[in-house]
Amino acid sequence: MTRIGVVVFPGSNCEYDVLAGVSQLGATAELVWHSQTDFNGFDGIILPGGFAHGDYLRPGALARFSPVMDAVARFAADGGPVLGICNGFQILTEAGLLPGALQKNRGLTFLCQPTTLTVTSTDSVLTHHAALGQELVIPINHFSGAYTCDDETLRSLEEHRQIVLRYLDNPNGSRDDIAAIANIAGNVVGLMPHPERAMSNLLGSADGRILLEGFVASNVLVA
Amino acid sequence: MNYYVIVDVTLRRGIADPEGATIERALPALGFSGVTNVHAGKSFRLDIEAPDETSALKKATALAERLLSNPVIEDSTARLGTRDGE
Repeated sequence: MTRIGVVVFPGSNCEYDVLAGVSQLGATAELVWHSQTDFNGFDGIILPGGFAHGDYLRPGALARFSPVMDAVARFAADGGPVLGICNGFQILTEAGLLPGALQKNRGLTFLCQPTTLTVTSTDSVLTHHAALGQELVIPINHFSGAYTCDDETLRSLEEHRQIVLRYLDNPNGSRDDIAAIANIAGNVVGLMPHPERAMSNLLGSADGRILLEGFVASNVLVA
Repeated sequence: MNYYVIVDVTLRRGIADPEGATIERALPALGFSGVTNVHAGKSFRLDIEAPDETSALKKATALAERLLSNPVIEDSTARLGTRDGE
């Protein structure tokens, strides 16, 4: 059975939502404390949302130096699936595992609302089960979610089809409406929306399932 | 020697600065006219043990680039200060 590690930093707060979400999909998920230094036996890693290390300095700036991050980088370099959700996305950019940075939202407003996303690339461990152009309703919940990068990085992202989800109605000032990006290989993905909070129509949307289903099935792709 | 070092971190030119823009928009309401180009940033104060000024600044610059700033969106500068006048 697919085994997913959900990394817990001091200040993470979405780890149990991720655990519950992934467990519904026929995978096992385990919490992994941020001092762990290897992921032997795991098929995928998720960095959940929250405020790792209090978001002091900048979101992700201190989490990047947690002992676990060297192991995450090695796992990613070996082709293992790595997903950063919200604060996890911020950590992946600070760690240099994904390009660009997440800035304070345009308008300096904390945003907690459903957003409509468009799947703009299916070449990633997160979006390979979805269809190109498919629209998904998934909530966001962040203050620093405006994706920022220079022109050269944007060109490179487009060239390598690394922009995997875009906002239909850009809520936070993200460059080019970017909601999620992947690395060139497609095995490391970061997104600001929370797919683990869109797992059931009873709670507003089940559109997160197709993304997390793809993620937990993705170890087959890279193995 | 112990050197008192001040590190300033500001957003790189061209990077949107919603904090600076919001402060700038608030100023006229308080009666401060003619203030433009407001930019928000961070300032850090450090004591650095080093043999001389050059190596203290070198260390400060290195740690500013590695941790205090995110070079993707921010610039950092390190300078020596004095505790009284800075």
